[in-house]
Amino acid sequence: MLYDPSLWGALGRTFLFLVTVIPIQIALGLIIALLLHKPGLSGFRLLARLSLVIPLATAPAVVGLIGRLIFNRDFGVANAVLALVGGGPIEWLGDTTNAFIAVALMDIWQWTPFCALVLLAGLTMVPTEVEEAARLETKSRWQIVRYVQMPFLLPSITVILILRTADILKMFDTVFTMTRGGPGAATELVSVYIQRVGFRVFDQGVASAQAILLLILTIVLARLYVKYVYREI
Amino acid sequence: MAVASADSRVREAAPAKPKRLVNAWHLVGLLAIFLFAVFPFYWMVATSLKTQAEALASPPIWVFSPNLDNYYSVLFNRDVLSSLINSIIIAVSTTVLAVGLGTPAAYALARFEFKSKEDLWFWFITNRMLSPIVVALPIFIMARTLNLIDTHIVLVLVYLTFNLPIVVWICTDQFRGVPRDLDEAARLAGASRFTIFWRIALPLAMPGVAVSAIFSFIFSWNELLYALVLTRNVARTAPVAATSFMSGYDLPWGEIMATGTLIVLPVIVFALIVSKHLVQGLTMGAVK
Repeated sequence: MLYDPSLWGALGRTFLFLVTVIPIQIALGLIIALLLHKPGLSGFRLLARLSLVIPLATAPAVVGLIGRLIFNRDFGVANAVLALVGGGPIEWLGDTTNAFIAVALMDIWQWTPFCALVLLAGLTMVPTEVEEAARLETKSRWQIVRYVQMPFLLPSITVILILRTADILKMFDTVFTMTRGGPGAATELVSVYIQRVGFRVFDQGVASAQAILLLILTIVLARLYVKYVYREI
Repeated sequence: MAVASADSRVREAAPAKPKRLVNAWHLVGLLAIFLFAVFPFYWMVATSLKTQAEALASPPIWVFSPNLDNYYSVLFNRDVLSSLINSIIIAVSTTVLAVGLGTPAAYALARFEFKSKEDLWFWFITNRMLSPIVVALPIFIMARTLNLIDTHIVLVLVYLTFNLPIVVWICTDQFRGVPRDLDEAARLAGASRFTIFWRIALPLAMPGVAVSAIFSFIFSWNELLYALVLTRNVARTAPVAATSFMSGYDLPWGEIMATGTLIVLPVIVFALIVSKHLVQGLTMGAVK
């Protein structure tokens, strides 16, 4: 099992997916959180915050189905939007690189709101007096984020890093309904790969061995979560 | 407070235009968030209300006369109705069991000190991190041996193992917030441990219990992997039904999206109810 290149391929793809998706989600999530945290326009802020619930509530299986519709080559809305700005129709789900990007985009849609809400919770921990004092000191938005808010955001970022990693190791439904891991093995993340070996190729011994490997990764993640996130009990 | 009012006075004194400009950007940003979050959902609902020809039109049609034919057809011709009923049976039973078994466990974790408490706690976290695929094979083999494939009960049992930790996490936190003095007072009045739990602690922890119940329901309602592996026809759940249209060349997009909408809508309602606690549930109480 350890010398099986297709397993390492799946793990490598999962890692690539992680390092592509999580930084984007944290960056976008931070922008959203800052916009939601900024005083004023409370009605629109509430509307935007409530709308973030929609991606989170959508069943991952349905997210994959929506992705398949949006990224269809012929009648998908993604290509229609590209055509507006003069881009040619892109073969999204039939091309290895583009299919990977399309799945990543759907994951970004679904999970950026989670990052935004966790970061927003961090932002609300900053004492208002401190934030106001900082506003009087400097006009630079970036300096306030970097020196005043960042210390309060670090625990949130730790939570996001660990939980998103665990979720991407788990990720099955979205990929299965959107691409089934294809074309070829281009979007076959580790859970989808093990499912194929175990339930479609029916090589149960190998699939179990691979599952144990995944279990070890999980335990490491859980230990990190306890160490850095939970200090009580 | 003095600082804040001084600041606002300065802002009032400054020309009004820059402030309005800042507000305009803020507004644009908030509307962009709204569009980003809602658009794919809107597109799904819109497609579910189109005819097949409209759904396959290229470039996509934005203005059309909505009709409910797809819903009629999936509910009564495609047997999505029975899979929705299966999903309701499974999600409700799981939720009731998870809350029934999870709240006493949470109470014990919040109130008592006992051996290996930390290990138990750790096990609950591992459960949140665990990839379902890791235990899918053993569970499949056990279910086959016990002749439980394609039954409601096997999915209820599997989802229970994933939902119990969520209930325990959220409720332990709630029970910790219930003052111990109340327990002591009731004990002096002669109440048993169970009475204290049932009559005093549980009612006071109701908000947390409700939130964890909704999370448990949403998880069981949305789950695809186990439903796919463990059911065939009789106990098929709605997400499996939605993916079953995906075979063949000419996909019925309107019907697929109608099924998707039927799956997602109730969850959105529930999620809006707990929107304040969404993050708490997703991070097992680490972030409130």
